[in-house]
Amino acid sequence: MGSRASSLLREEDIEEIKRETGFSHSQITRLYSRFHSLDKGENGALSREDFQRIPELAINPLGDRIINAFFPEGEDQVNFRGFMRTLAHFRPVEDNEKNKNLTSGEPLNSRANKLLFAFRLYDLDRDDKISRDELLQVLRMMVGVNISDEQLGSIADRTIQEADTNGDMCISFSEFTKVLEKVDVEQKMSIRFLH
Amino acid sequence: MAFLQQFALLLTLLIIFSTSCKAAALEVDSVEVGHNYSSKSSVTSTSTDNSTGGDGHAPSAISTLPIVIWKWHHVETPYLVALWILTCWLCKLVCELNHSVTSVIPESGLLIILGFVLGGIVWGADKAQTFKLIPTNFFYYLLPQIVLDASYCMPNKLFFSNLGAILVHAIIGTCWNAGTVGIALWACYEGGAMGTLNIGPLQFLLFGALLSAVDPVAVIAVFEEVHVNEVLYILVFGESLLNDGVTVVLYNVFDAFVSLGGPKINAAEIIKGIISFFVVAFGGSFLGVVFAVLISMLTRITKNVQVIEAGFIIVLGYLSYLTAEMLSLSAILSITFCGVCCQKYINANMDEKSVTTLRYTLKVMANGSETMIFVFLGVSAIDRNIWVWNTGFILLTVFFVVVFRFMGVFFLNWILNQSRLIPIDILDQFIMAYGGLRGAVAYGLAAILDEKKIPEKNLMLGTTLIVVYFTVILQGITMKPLVQWLKVKKATHSDLTLNGKINNRTFEHTLTAMEDICGRMGDNWWTRHWNHFEDKYVCWLLMKSDARKHKDPIFGAFHKLNLEDATKYVSEGERKGSLAFIRNDDNASVDFKKKLALEYGDIIPDMSEYDFGIDNVPVTSVMKNTIPSVSLDIHEQDRKSMPNDLSAHHLLDQHLYKSRRHNRPTYSRSHYNTSESPDEMQEIFQRTMRSRLESFKSTKMGVNPSKKLSKHPKKDSTHKPNRKPADPHRTYPYGDEDFEFSADSVSSSEIAGNFPRRSPNAPGAGVDNPAFIPEMDTSPPMRNPPWQTETANNTAVAPSQRAQGRLPWTPTNLRHLAPLRMSTHSTDSFAMADASVDDKAPEEKPGTHHTRL
Repeated sequence: MGSRASSLLREEDIEEIKRETGFSHSQITRLYSRFHSLDKGENGALSREDFQRIPELAINPLGDRIINAFFPEGEDQVNFRGFMRTLAHFRPVEDNEKNKNLTSGEPLNSRANKLLFAFRLYDLDRDDKISRDELLQVLRMMVGVNISDEQLGSIADRTIQEADTNGDMCISFSEFTKVLEKVDVEQKMSIRFLH
Repeated sequence: MAFLQQFALLLTLLIIFSTSCKAAALEVDSVEVGHNYSSKSSVTSTSTDNSTGGDGHAPSAISTLPIVIWKWHHVETPYLVALWILTCWLCKLVCELNHSVTSVIPESGLLIILGFVLGGIVWGADKAQTFKLIPTNFFYYLLPQIVLDASYCMPNKLFFSNLGAILVHAIIGTCWNAGTVGIALWACYEGGAMGTLNIGPLQFLLFGALLSAVDPVAVIAVFEEVHVNEVLYILVFGESLLNDGVTVVLYNVFDAFVSLGGPKINAAEIIKGIISFFVVAFGGSFLGVVFAVLISMLTRITKNVQVIEAGFIIVLGYLSYLTAEMLSLSAILSITFCGVCCQKYINANMDEKSVTTLRYTLKVMANGSETMIFVFLGVSAIDRNIWVWNTGFILLTVFFVVVFRFMGVFFLNWILNQSRLIPIDILDQFIMAYGGLRGAVAYGLAAILDEKKIPEKNLMLGTTLIVVYFTVILQGITMKPLVQWLKVKKATHSDLTLNGKINNRTFEHTLTAMEDICGRMGDNWWTRHWNHFEDKYVCWLLMKSDARKHKDPIFGAFHKLNLEDATKYVSEGERKGSLAFIRNDDNASVDFKKKLALEYGDIIPDMSEYDFGIDNVPVTSVMKNTIPSVSLDIHEQDRKSMPNDLSAHHLLDQHLYKSRRHNRPTYSRSHYNTSESPDEMQEIFQRTMRSRLESFKSTKMGVNPSKKLSKHPKKDSTHKPNRKPADPHRTYPYGDEDFEFSADSVSSSEIAGNFPRRSPNAPGAGVDNPAFIPEMDTSPPMRNPPWQTETANNTAVAPSQRAQGRLPWTPTNLRHLAPLRMSTHSTDSFAMADASVDDKAPEEKPGTHHTRL
C-alpha cells in the first residue's frame, strides 16, 4: 500500500512539500499513503465526506470544525499539498528551527500559526473576530448537556470579558494571542509524526 | 532514643489514628524519658522544676485530701512530644523571620543548621544524644502525611502525561544509582582507597541502594522556592516520590542478600529478588489504587457527616500506607497512588469546605513533619557515637553519588528524548541531575541497618548524613543562583482563565482529530479513550450524581473564578458599600445593596438582613432618574435572562460585572483600575442601544429580516423613545419586579431550556410574537457548520451518516440556544446572523426573502 501510494508521488513534489512544511521525506510518504487511503474517490483530493468517514472524527466534538479547517475558503476539495500544509501546523517546534525563522519567513508550525489555526476554529465567518455567538457555538459543542444554556451564556460572556481589551465584545486575534500568551501553545498544539 | 517514640503519640492523635498497642509501647518507654526530660528541661529552660520532674509520682497513700498534685509522670510523654513539635516549629518561625537569609539558604538547610544547634544544646546537657530521628517514627508518623499531601496536591494531568519519563527515572534511574555507587565504592575499596574496612561487596550495594533515592521532602523544600518550569518540576518531584518506593524495595532485597550471605546467592535468589521487586512496587501501587477507590466511594455517602469528611481521607490514606507496610508492599507507592488517584473524585464529591479543610490539614501536617524531619536530621548529627571518620569512604561516596546521578539522568533523558514530543533540554537535565537531593529516607534506611550484619553501620550512617547535608545544604543553596544563572525556564505563573481552559480543551480535541486524520494511535488517542472510559464507568462508580454534572472543567474554572470574585465582591462591599449606603441614598449604591440582598441572601445572610428593609424607600424615586433607570433597566433585563435555578455564583457573576461598571461613581475610582474606563453615560447609552437592537430585532425579525437594521444601526436610535412605553415592565417599581421574579424562579427554571428569558414577564418583548417563531426555524441551519449546508446544497450529497447521527444533539440544543442568542449584547452576532440568514435566504426561506423585497 505504502509503496504503491508513494510511487504516485513525484519526487519534486516531495521536495517542494518538504521545503514548505518542514516534514521529512519519510513522513511525507507515510502521510501520503494515509492520504491515499482516505481518498475514496481516488481523484487525488479529499472531500469533506472523505474526512467524515473517519469514525473517530464523528465523536470528536470539534470534528466538523477541524475538517473545515483543511479546506480553503469556498473550496470543497483539498489536495495533498493543502493537506500537508494543514498538518504542518502541528509539527512540534524544533530547536534548530528557531534560528531558521529569521531567514525564511514564518514556518507553518510557529506559535502564531498554531494559534491562528485554533482561532479559525472559532471564527466561523472569518471576520477575524470571535463573537459571543461563535464562542457559544463552540462551547456548546464542547461541554456536556449538564450545563444549561444560561450558564454557558455567562461562561461565554465571561470568557469574552477576560480577553476583550477594546470593549467590542469580541475577541480579535491579537486579543486571543494576548490572553493565551502564557499558555505553552508550542507544546499543546503539537503531535508527534512518525519519522 | 525513647523520646521519639513519643512523637508517635501526638502525631497519632493528629492523624486520629491511635492504636492501643503503640500507646502501650510508649508507656514502657516513659520511664527512661523521665530522665531525659529532666536534663533537657534544664537546658531549654522550660519552667518545669527539675527535682520534682524526675520523681513526681503521686504518693501511694494519702493522709489528707490534696488540693493540687504534681503529676508530671502522667503527662510527660505527650508533653515532651508537644514541646519538641513546638520547638521545631519555632525553628521554622525563626527561619522565616529573616527573608534575606531564606532567599540565600533554603529553609531546609537552615532548619538542619538550627537542628545542629539544638542537638548541641542537648549534647551539652546530657553528654549523650538522647534525641534523634528514629526510623520507626520517621516512617510511620512523619513520612506518610508528607507523601499524602504531595500526592493529593499533585497536578494530575501533568503527572500522568509525564508518567513514562517519571517511571523510567524512578525505576531505572534508581537502580542505576544504587548499582553504580555500590560497585564503584567497592572497586575503590578493593583498590585500597579507604584503608581497611569490614565491608563486603553486597554491603556496598546495600549502601548504594539506601543512598539511591532522591528524597521527596528535600526536593519539595528546595524546588518550591526555585519555581522551575512545571515539566521539570514534575519530573524531579514525581521521580522523588516514586523512587522512594523503589529504594525501599531495593534496600530490602539487598538486605536479604546480605543476611543470606554471599555464597548462598544463586540465580534463583536473584530472580526471586527481581520478582519481589516488581511485586512489591506494583502491588503497593495497586493497593493504593484500591484504597483510592474505597475513599472515593466513601465520600459519596459522607454528606451527613460533613464535619469529619476530611478526616476519612486522612485516615484511609494512612491505612493504605500501613496496610501496604503490613503486606510488605511498598507503602510509599501505595499512599502516593492513593492520593493521586482519589483527588479528582473526592474533590468533586466532598463539600467545598471539606476540600479546603482537607487541603489545609494536610498542608499543616506535612509542613509540620517536614520541619521536624529537618530539625531532627540536624539534631541527630550531634552524636559522637555515629561518627566514624574515613575520609576516603566519605569523599568517594559524595563524589560517586553526584557523578552517577548526573550520568544516569543525562543518559536516561537522552533515551527519553528520542521519543518525546518536546525534548527535555540540556539545562533542564542539568537541574534535574543537580536536584537529586538525598534526605531523610536515606537516613532512615541507614539507621535501621543491623549492626550485627553490617559492622560498619556507623560509618555508613555518618556518611549518609554527610551526603544528606551536602545535597540539601550545599546543592540547595546553589540551586537558586544556578537556575537563575543558567536561565532555566521558570514556571510561568498563569492565572486561571476561562480562555485558557476552553482553549486547552480545543487544543486537545484538535490534536486528537489530527492524530485520527493521520491514522496514528498516539498519546492523545490513549488520553481520549481513558477519558471516555472514565466518563462512562469510573465517574459513575466514584462520583456523586450531582457532582458528575458539574465536573466539566470549563465549568469548574468558571465556578472557581466566580467564587474568587464573590469573595472580593463581598469584602469590597463590606469595606466600602455598607456605610456609604446608610449615609446617602445614592441610587447606584441602593442598587448594589438591593441586588445583593435579594439575590444572594442565601450566601451572605448577614448582608441581606442588614439592608433588606431600608432599600425599598429610595428605589422608586431612583427609578425616575433617567440614567440610573436605564442602568437598572439593564439589570432587570439581565436578571430575567437567567432563571434562579443556577447556583448563586452564576447570578453573582452577572451582577458583578454590572455593578462594577455602574457603581463606579459611588466608590473611589482608584480602587478599580479601569484603564479603559470610558465615559459611563456613553457606555450605558451603548448598552441601551444594544438591548434595543435586540428587542427590536426579536419583534421584527420574522417579518423583516434585519439586514437593513445592522447596516443602519443609527436608525435604531429612533426607536428609543417608542420602546419605553411599549414595555411597561422596564419601568416597574424595582421591588415588585424582584419579588415577582423570585416567585417565578422555579417555573422559569424549568422552561429555561426553551425560553430562558422574558417569557413569564414580558409578553410584549417578542418571544410570544408568532413572527418570532419562524425566525427560530432558521437558526438551526444557521448554526450548523456552513459546510454541511454547503455540501447539502452544492454537491447534492445527502447528509452523511455521521451528520445524521449527530442531529439529535446538535441542532436541538442549538435551537435552544436561539432565544438565548437573542438576549446577547453582541452586535456582531447579529451582523453575523444576519449575514448568514441572508445568504441562506434565497434557498431556505423564500417567504422571508419576499417580504423584504
